[in-house]
Amino acid sequence: MYHNNHCEGFQCEQRMLEASLGEEGGELGVLDRLVAWMRQRSLFVLAYGTGCGAIEMRPLMTSRFDAERFGIIGAATPRQADVLVISGYLAVKTLKRVIRSYEQMQEPKYVIALGSCAINGGMYWDSYNTIKQVDHYIPVDMYVTGCMPRPEALIEGFAALQEKIKRGEPGGFQRYRENIDWYKGNQRRVLGDNMPPDYTYDWYHAGGTA
Amino acid sequence: MHVILDALAMIGLSYVMGFLFYGFYRQFSARVQRRWGPSIWQNFFDNMKFLLKSETLSHGPMFFFGPMIIAAGAITTVLFVPFLKDSDWLQGFSHSGNLILIVYLLVVGPLGNALAVGSSGNPFGVMGVTRGLTRLMGLEVPFFLGLALVMLQHETTSVHAIMAAQDGIAQWNLFTNPIAFMVILLPFIASQNASPFDVVGAPVEVYAGPRVEFGGRLLGVLMTQNMMMTIAKLVLVVDLFMGGATNIFILIAKAFSLFLLTAAISLAFPRLKTEQTVDFFWKVPLGLGVLGVVATVWFPWGA
Repeated sequence: MYHNNHCEGFQCEQRMLEASLGEEGGELGVLDRLVAWMRQRSLFVLAYGTGCGAIEMRPLMTSRFDAERFGIIGAATPRQADVLVISGYLAVKTLKRVIRSYEQMQEPKYVIALGSCAINGGMYWDSYNTIKQVDHYIPVDMYVTGCMPRPEALIEGFAALQEKIKRGEPGGFQRYRENIDWYKGNQRRVLGDNMPPDYTYDWYHAGGTA
Repeated sequence: MHVILDALAMIGLSYVMGFLFYGFYRQFSARVQRRWGPSIWQNFFDNMKFLLKSETLSHGPMFFFGPMIIAAGAITTVLFVPFLKDSDWLQGFSHSGNLILIVYLLVVGPLGNALAVGSSGNPFGVMGVTRGLTRLMGLEVPFFLGLALVMLQHETTSVHAIMAAQDGIAQWNLFTNPIAFMVILLPFIASQNASPFDVVGAPVEVYAGPRVEFGGRLLGVLMTQNMMMTIAKLVLVVDLFMGGATNIFILIAKAFSLFLLTAAISLAFPRLKTEQTVDFFWKVPLGLGVLGVVATVWFPWGA
């Protein structure tokens, strides 16, 4: 791919990452594909503005970037949201709130980690009270890199997430449900006795959709 | 058999018209704000997505029955509003009901809302319901006064008779009784939950709407009934003021022109606070309505 002259540098990397996104989902039935298609057209976003990413979230809804044309619109409460955008670093204290918000969302639900702080700690890599890898505590579906990413990058992330939903790939919420003990163990390691109450996730143990 | 088919056709038509009108409204407001906006099917996608989501939270049986009561109220309202004039189809049960029954049915929604949200115990939801009922107090009086003016003018409560009395465009109540239309227009916008009177469920930016506790399927049911109710009210105003419609295309055209008028008003004015809404309704439309009643009853040129 690097020998092609239609892309260079990070563009080629981006294409390699997105190469699988355009493939047709052969494993889904007609009805499932229809449902998946309608789901990806309508994403209600719960913006969890922790760090500087909150500033990049707001322009998305304005006339200039207009995320509504992709069916992306803000949701008032976690109960109505489909996508949780974690925009920036998470302190240990905010992680607890993120977990509670995430567990209140109705399935299917997705998480976008925005910026390098949410991916590997970023500039807070050696901080004592910052979460380094959000993916260890709640399942992340899509990463948007940058410090901070532009709103266009975030729209790219949403578009990639929509492709993923359209193809019916198992979302992070299924991973969370299957590996709930692992996630809870990780959460307990940083939060200690300060864990969120059981009733927000105990239905995961009941099996199936409660 | 005919009744069942007819009822299903009315419910289906009001749903399809509902999401297309709302889709149009979203695109219209987007163009006013100089952006592209979502596709016209967006409300359908949103609604289907919510109906297909999981529903894991429960606050007891009333939390579940509340949306069902609201939806039943909306469907009943749709079935008691005649969609067409001089036709066997799209009549529902409108021959067994009249305008007074419809007035009662319009209040079922807010009451179901209060029951459901009250049982959820969410303070934001209760705040939203309080605002909603306060606004209802403001808008109901002029709204019903406007309907009463029309009933007074034709001396009947039957929607069919009122439609039959408006033969040509010159006999439309919109022109023979413009005061009643002016009285009803702004409360009508408020009852559609549209700007500038949309402080109750302020869609994105206020966290305290009545729907704050609903997500998943119950929210889908609420969205569905909202779209159907909107169409029922639009068709009711078309029946009462624009002479009804003889076929489905005229119905859509008339309802759409009315919707366009209300949408234009909605987009031109910013949101009012709850007490400003009530103040406004009890001053301007109610004052006009009282003048209208005086003119209709006492002066020879009225009616």
